[in-house]
Amino acid sequence: MAESRSVLSSSLGKKAVMAVSGLILVGFVLAHMAGNLKMYLGREAFNHYAAGLRELGQPFFPHGGLLWVARGVLLAAVVAHIGSAWLLTRQAQRARATRYQRHAYAQADYAVRTMRWGGVILLLFVVYHLLHLTLGVVHPSFTHPETLPGGTEAYHAYENLVAGFAGHPLVALAYMAANLALGFHLYHGIWSAGRSLGLGTASSDALWRRAALLVAFVVTAGNLSFPIAVLCGVVK
Amino acid sequence: MILDAKIPSGPLAEKWDNHKAHLKLVNPANKRKFQILMVGTGLAGGSAAASLGEMGYNVTCFCYQDSPRRAHSIAAQGGINAAKNYQNDGDSVFRLFYDTVKGGDFRAREANVYRLAQLSVSIIDQAVAAGVPFAREYGGYLANRSFGGAQVSRTFYARGQTGQQLLLGCYQALSRQVERGTVKMVPKTEVLDLVVVDGTVRGLITRDLRTGEIRRHVGDAVVLATGGYSNVFYLSTNAKGCNATAIWRAYRRGAHFANPCFTQIHPTAIPASGDYQSKLTLMSESLRNDGRIWVPAKQGDHRRPGEIPEAERDYYLERRYPSFGNLVPRDVASRAAKQVVDEGRGVGPTGVGVYLDFSDAIGRLGRDTIEDRYGNLFEMYERITGEDPYQVPMRIYPAPHYTMGGLWVDYNLMSTLPGLFVIGEANFSDHGANRLGASALMQGLADGYFVLPYTLGHYLAPRMGQKLSTDHPAFAAVEEEVRERQAKFLATRGSRTVDSFHRELGKLMWDECGMARTAEGLGRALERIPQLAEEFWRDVRVVGDGESVNQSLEKAGRVADFFGLAELMCRDALARDESCGCHLRLEHQTPEGEALRRDDRFRHVAAWSYHGEGEPPVRHREELVFENVELTQRSYK
Amino acid sequence: MNLTLYIWRQARGEAEGRLVRYDAPDINPDMSFLEMLDVVNERLIHQGERPIEFEHDCREGICGSCGVVVDGIAHGPLPATATCQLHMRHFKDGDSLTIEPWRAKGFPVVQDLVVDRGAFDRIIQAGGFISASTGNAPEANSLPVGKDVAELAMDAAECIGCGACVAQCPNGAAHLFTAAKLAHLGLLPQGQPERYQRVVAMVERMEQEGFGSCSNFRECEAVCPKQVSSHWISRMNRDYLKAQLFLDRGPEKKRASGPG
Repeated sequence: MAESRSVLSSSLGKKAVMAVSGLILVGFVLAHMAGNLKMYLGREAFNHYAAGLRELGQPFFPHGGLLWVARGVLLAAVVAHIGSAWLLTRQAQRARATRYQRHAYAQADYAVRTMRWGGVILLLFVVYHLLHLTLGVVHPSFTHPETLPGGTEAYHAYENLVAGFAGHPLVALAYMAANLALGFHLYHGIWSAGRSLGLGTASSDALWRRAALLVAFVVTAGNLSFPIAVLCGVVK
Repeated sequence: MILDAKIPSGPLAEKWDNHKAHLKLVNPANKRKFQILMVGTGLAGGSAAASLGEMGYNVTCFCYQDSPRRAHSIAAQGGINAAKNYQNDGDSVFRLFYDTVKGGDFRAREANVYRLAQLSVSIIDQAVAAGVPFAREYGGYLANRSFGGAQVSRTFYARGQTGQQLLLGCYQALSRQVERGTVKMVPKTEVLDLVVVDGTVRGLITRDLRTGEIRRHVGDAVVLATGGYSNVFYLSTNAKGCNATAIWRAYRRGAHFANPCFTQIHPTAIPASGDYQSKLTLMSESLRNDGRIWVPAKQGDHRRPGEIPEAERDYYLERRYPSFGNLVPRDVASRAAKQVVDEGRGVGPTGVGVYLDFSDAIGRLGRDTIEDRYGNLFEMYERITGEDPYQVPMRIYPAPHYTMGGLWVDYNLMSTLPGLFVIGEANFSDHGANRLGASALMQGLADGYFVLPYTLGHYLAPRMGQKLSTDHPAFAAVEEEVRERQAKFLATRGSRTVDSFHRELGKLMWDECGMARTAEGLGRALERIPQLAEEFWRDVRVVGDGESVNQSLEKAGRVADFFGLAELMCRDALARDESCGCHLRLEHQTPEGEALRRDDRFRHVAAWSYHGEGEPPVRHREELVFENVELTQRSYK
Repeated sequence: MNLTLYIWRQARGEAEGRLVRYDAPDINPDMSFLEMLDVVNERLIHQGERPIEFEHDCREGICGSCGVVVDGIAHGPLPATATCQLHMRHFKDGDSLTIEPWRAKGFPVVQDLVVDRGAFDRIIQAGGFISASTGNAPEANSLPVGKDVAELAMDAAECIGCGACVAQCPNGAAHLFTAAKLAHLGLLPQGQPERYQRVVAMVERMEQEGFGSCSNFRECEAVCPKQVSSHWISRMNRDYLKAQLFLDRGPEKKRASGPG
């Protein structure tokens, strides 16, 4: 297909890929944050939510099926997002091979200036987060899910969460820092996606800006609250 | 030599159509076999190169800028006239023709001007089709405004950037031809001389302004679209690079130079602020619609404008011309400003300027209305001067702006040198002794879009197969001259910079051959210019080499040519012992101080021919015949 | 006022240049930035040194020839102002200024502060026009254009092609320049027949010329002397994606970059 090759050969096409994959990931972080709010309803509700994720899509999907589909989509989005970012960054660096002796920004805000390194930090954080609270590899006292007699599974997401942060302020701090980075990344990324897809026109641009700010704020605030809540003993 | 303008016979309104019907055509298959060398990419050159390329000719197009889009047509602000009569106010081709001939003080050819008025209509059509975003009414139709004191609204405009938008239209059409391969664009290249073979112009010698490489180009015809020579005055509204080298070299190779003394001084430019001043910026003439022009009544009154009471101000235009007041034509307004400054009543830190005061208009109409009408101009003024024109009166002073004179061309736009065509401001053809506002863009585009493409074919048609190579000895000879000249600039190693000479020449021309001229002053200039030129060749300092970007070297060549042109301007001004349009000889004025024509002796075009270094040029006449208009005396009382 | 200047000097054909210090004493605050450089150059010539080469022509902010980076900002610190319209009163006595050429792969340095912007011409050549040969035009008022549309098209058409957008863009992208021309022509009814071929052709040429990608920094519009809005980039993205993904243009596409 000559045409689709040519659209991806241009930076505009790659930016569209970055925007679409980015928006998928925005959907995920929103849902992830919203789901985690369940921890404020207590241990049972949260663990039930964790178990419930496996039952999503029933009866159309088998146990855990839709979750794996979602994971597949997310993984693809992450790969597309990072891949396009890599290629676009390379193109940009080639286009501006020589730096100014004295450099300054005319109006670019902190968020856009930190997109690339912010993205790298987020990637590292995601790996850490998976090893920490999903796989438990770097967790001090991770309790793996177990199959109870009768076939139902028991999840200990709540206990793992509490144990992961309580008494580990540095870990909590790392989570908070990463989520601040996520906030900036979302603030610029969501608005920028609108433009890359040609949707952020003169009339709708302000709306995209506000939406980006809102989503970034809600996700960041929600996510920041979790380690803080554990450290303060609100969630225990 | 008899100057045959080749004006077609028949009634005025039918001349062009009849002429076109009888012009020879070049077979479509043969067009690509003709090589045309186009110099300049402004409205005239850009539109001509694009049109000729579309027709299938092989065009090579040169400009000194780094892109054809930067030619100085881009700076035209006001608009472009066309006899569309969209406003239903009684405009017509004849009325535009009449206004133009009268505005030129009856020193232009009837037939040329009529053709210009006829073609004005097609220009607007072509520009709109090319995507020029002209101002529109709410209904979607084209808007017009009245301009330069015209009685009808016939001026089309695109904000204050009409020249820019029209030029981008040409540039885009030209770019399309570059992509098609019919036009080869050679930017950053200056034409330094023309090559004449057996009495016909057949080539150019150019210098690459980046590498210094001198190159030969051969063609079947050469078209000069190089603009005007206002930069002879050093300070003018022209771009810094605007120069007369191509037309001056053509003159020295045998093309006649017509009416060199017809130069227009625009009344509303921002005054120079100091010796370092490098150019003058025009403020749109429309400001005079609401601004009142005044100076202190007393000499040497250095009070701030707000401290000068009404009774001690002299609104000199309103006083002298009660019916037209501040809206008198450009030349009248310019001269009056010079007069009050010469009397020692000028304003501003340099004493060279007059006030253009909006306080009355702001009081009457409110600041919002004024901001609406002139907001961008006020902003531009503040940017340059640092003064807020809403608070203190603007200061303005006249500045050289346009040259009506140029290489002599016949009705087909060909010079006295066969094979050399001259279009746009570079020729002398359509504006007589004074150009009306919004008519320069019209002429450039008429020549380029609609005249040259026909008349050039007529010239080329019988010349099929006259092949020539750049190995011809004529090319080598001219190239050698060019190289010697370049080497001389670099080898002189004197003590003065090129700019210092240019400034001195400009000041001299401004004083003696500017807005008001006398036999005595012109005599002084004619004495001084050759001395200055001699000093220049002996004492100029150009640092650097010829094999790289060297703007001092570029300027040296241009200034060297300005000396010769300045001398010719003074000769022409002296020989034209009358006043007409922009050419005011103080010896010939009406009792009211208006230009007094002497139609019995000077109802002609003066065309000068070159006869060698040190030899005086010869003045030829082309008598002007007026069959359709009556010669009248202007009066703006 | 007295200034210290650090100006980029690069001889022709040399790959590398360097900053050279020049003192600029007795600078009049009413001078334009380029007149200040003129004064420095006159002194250099008197000292027998090569003057600093910089592009300039109309000196009234419309031709787009001039442009240098002053302390990291294209066209200097004043918004909506080309270098030739920047006056020295906006600087302070004793300031020290770093003056550099536009830097981008698409704009190779020719000498000192002069760069080659031919890439912009080639982007226009790829499709930045309406194919209306001389003589084709219908009567001008036969095609009404809404006042709002004409005004928007004019907003985009004001671009002077100076290249400051590319110079300031951390990615060295030419999106604003390209998008402005596409918006000018694509908004007008006259520009509709070629609208989608045009966007593909111009974007492809832009990429071939070595310009970068757009990260929506919006640095371009901040330094644009004509304040051309970066919204047009969004419009370009939409037209491009639409042309590439949804329009079956068949052989039209090939012709877009061929003879027009």
